[in-house]
Amino acid sequence: MRSRLVRAALSKVPAGFPWTAPTWPTSLPRPAARGGLGAAYDTTWARTPVARAVRAALLEAVGRPVSSLVASPEVRGLDRLGELEAPAIFVANHSSHLDTLLVLSVLPPRFRHASIVAAGADYFFDRGWKAVVSAGLLGAIPMERQRVNRQSSEMAAERLAEGWNLIIFPEGGRSPDGWAQPFRAGAAHLWIQSGVPVVPIHISGTRAILPKGTVRVRRAPTVVTFGAPVRARGGEDARRFAVRVEQAVAQLADESATDWWSARLRASADSTPPLQGPEGSGWRRSWALPANDGRSRSDSKRWPGV
Amino acid sequence: MTAGRSGTVGRPGLVLEVDRSTPPTMFWHGDGFRMERLPVGSRVVYPPEPAVPLSDPTAAIREALENPLGDSKPLSALLRAGMRLTIAFDDVSLPLPPMQAPDVRQQVIEAVLDEAARAGVDDVVLVAALALHRRLTEAELRHVLGDRIYDAFAPTGRLTQHDAEDHDNLIHLGQTDRGEDVELNKRAATSDLLVYVNINLVSMDGGHKSVATGLASYRSLRHHHNTHTMVHSRSFMDPASSELHSSNWRMGRLIRDAGVKIFQIETTLDGRSFPDAYGFLNRREWEWKARDRATFLGAKTALDRLPPRLAQTMMQRTRSPYRLTSVQAGEVEAVHDRTIDVVLNQQRVVVEGQADILTMGLTYLGPYNVNSIMNPVLVACLGLGYFFNSYIGKPLVRQGGVVIMSHPTPWAFDPVHHPSYIDFFERVLTETTDPAEMEAKFEESFATDPWYIHLYRTGNAYHGVHPFYMWYWTAHALDHLGAVIVVGGERRAVRRLGFRSASTMQDALEIASDVVGRDPTLTHLHTPPLLMADVR
Repeated sequence: MRSRLVRAALSKVPAGFPWTAPTWPTSLPRPAARGGLGAAYDTTWARTPVARAVRAALLEAVGRPVSSLVASPEVRGLDRLGELEAPAIFVANHSSHLDTLLVLSVLPPRFRHASIVAAGADYFFDRGWKAVVSAGLLGAIPMERQRVNRQSSEMAAERLAEGWNLIIFPEGGRSPDGWAQPFRAGAAHLWIQSGVPVVPIHISGTRAILPKGTVRVRRAPTVVTFGAPVRARGGEDARRFAVRVEQAVAQLADESATDWWSARLRASADSTPPLQGPEGSGWRRSWALPANDGRSRSDSKRWPGV
Repeated sequence: MTAGRSGTVGRPGLVLEVDRSTPPTMFWHGDGFRMERLPVGSRVVYPPEPAVPLSDPTAAIREALENPLGDSKPLSALLRAGMRLTIAFDDVSLPLPPMQAPDVRQQVIEAVLDEAARAGVDDVVLVAALALHRRLTEAELRHVLGDRIYDAFAPTGRLTQHDAEDHDNLIHLGQTDRGEDVELNKRAATSDLLVYVNINLVSMDGGHKSVATGLASYRSLRHHHNTHTMVHSRSFMDPASSELHSSNWRMGRLIRDAGVKIFQIETTLDGRSFPDAYGFLNRREWEWKARDRATFLGAKTALDRLPPRLAQTMMQRTRSPYRLTSVQAGEVEAVHDRTIDVVLNQQRVVVEGQADILTMGLTYLGPYNVNSIMNPVLVACLGLGYFFNSYIGKPLVRQGGVVIMSHPTPWAFDPVHHPSYIDFFERVLTETTDPAEMEAKFEESFATDPWYIHLYRTGNAYHGVHPFYMWYWTAHALDHLGAVIVVGGERRAVRRLGFRSASTMQDALEIASDVVGRDPTLTHLHTPPLLMADVR
């Protein structure tokens, strides 16, 4: 009874701006963070043995049970990582803050506790407390999102060279409407430079749990699909490689929504549905979202069962 | 000589291309606000941030009076004992919203009166330059001029309000080379010196228009307040391309040649139109802090839930914290050239190309409903008159395009301030929305109606012809546009205006697609502060 009342009260709180903080237009530069913060934040302390042990314990004791309770992840394609050795770069679509915890939770143990996460320097490292929480709990390193920044790219390359795995969301931010944004060539540049295999991952369902612009969490099933590792071809430039990895994730999305064989047939015919959704704007794009991708967060069925 | 220092301009304006990370855009919606998510690829034109005000406005005013522009002598040299001095000033239509005390007119007029007292001038009369606007109430006069001036001049009848129907106190100065009659307030025109104190909120204000319009009669005004002039003013906010201004300039030069000595004082304000309580209005949405969001949500929730009259009262009580950014004094044209430079420097935003659709959120307040109701005719005038014409070069929307305005457009009129608007709405707009046709068929009868003239002269009513002028203000837009859509407006009232009504912005865009196709470009005009779009 009580939880129903709480839920009813919460359901009356509208989601999104201006109830939550505004998002920042991609085309505009964000003001520089204060000294020692942002891309300049030093995360070395978060990779010391003690910090790693605490983080691993928290992930096992709290993070994974919470992830399992809230997201009930169904993991597919882990067998494709059978031969893979660290370091690797895990690349996923991004529509919720929960994505990071989910990926960390379902990674095989050999990667799980040896992974760091590329996080927006302007968002996760703009305040002291946010930087400590991000680096300490997630092992995050700051990544400049608004412009190409050699410092954060080199920092990530150094960590890969040290043997760390890197989880990165190359859209540069969470999806505002459920459809993916283009993968950025800046991220692909790092993948090519490091020469490390890239594992495409598709995540579906997290937007229904915690979409951008809200702080309310509600339970929903999720599917995490791992793809076969890919490497840049000789002479392939960053822009093309970014498109190829995006297509790999799109094929995983198709596979997640239908089945492997149908997705393969469509991929061969070059007719995989684009990750960025249909053209146009407004309600048509949200209407075209798959049902489990947060089109509706309502508890009731959208359509009566017959 | 430099007679005023222009304020340093704040952060320049911005044309933002909406992407999927752009937060919803705030629209004014009468007494309230709406949040709209504009289609990806739309452009939002943000005005420059408020300019840095003068640190010592009193000193700047005195410096301007003593260092006039053009071929004028300093004010102190123009004043002498035994002369007739008239000081005219703008009415409550400026600035918007009314500014916190002390009003800039009070500051300037006190400085002028100090000089007059020093020179021993006894015969001083103050005139509110109303043209055909309503008379100010005592409270409004006290607000504009301050208690010191009011108490010194009003009891002896030396604080007056221009009466364009008082034929005994009008004087016909002649006709321009285009046959335009120039008929002015007799006291002002026959004084040894006429000092005009102006507030230049937008580039339309000031110059020869101050005297040639503000102190004129209907006989004189009808030469430029008409459909032909307004259609050929592109725009009336750009004096260089405005037929309205050309006509006023011809009249102004005739007034000068007739021997009327004018000492013009023009002032510009910093664009800080709303107090800190409404700080979110002066910021771009993605820069809103927690406090801005909280005050926005508080204000929106309160305004949405309050009875309309209370919400209206709450907003009408808003006083802007405007501060002076420049003051110029001296010969009319030299002063105005400098003022226009300052205003455009503060308000200009360069926009590349026209759009198929122009959207705008309309406020609770226009020049003609201070302390009053924004009736449907004034809604049309604010959107299609003032905002549509806020351009230099070419309109923000292409020929045949669509304007989408957001305003509740209630079927409501103030019978004290706008009596002729009620009949205009019921008798004229039911027959025609064509400005030229109504001008030919109806204007004369409204302009000469004795009851409207009585209310204008003795009450606080706008002149009978005023609603026609408001409709002529929209003539250029009506001539240019393919359709006008009002979002969230009262349907009957919107239909009476000849516009289309939509419940939501999405619906409005769907309706607009009938005119501009399914993949239109869209530009949104984001105010306040006010801006001038330099469309290239």
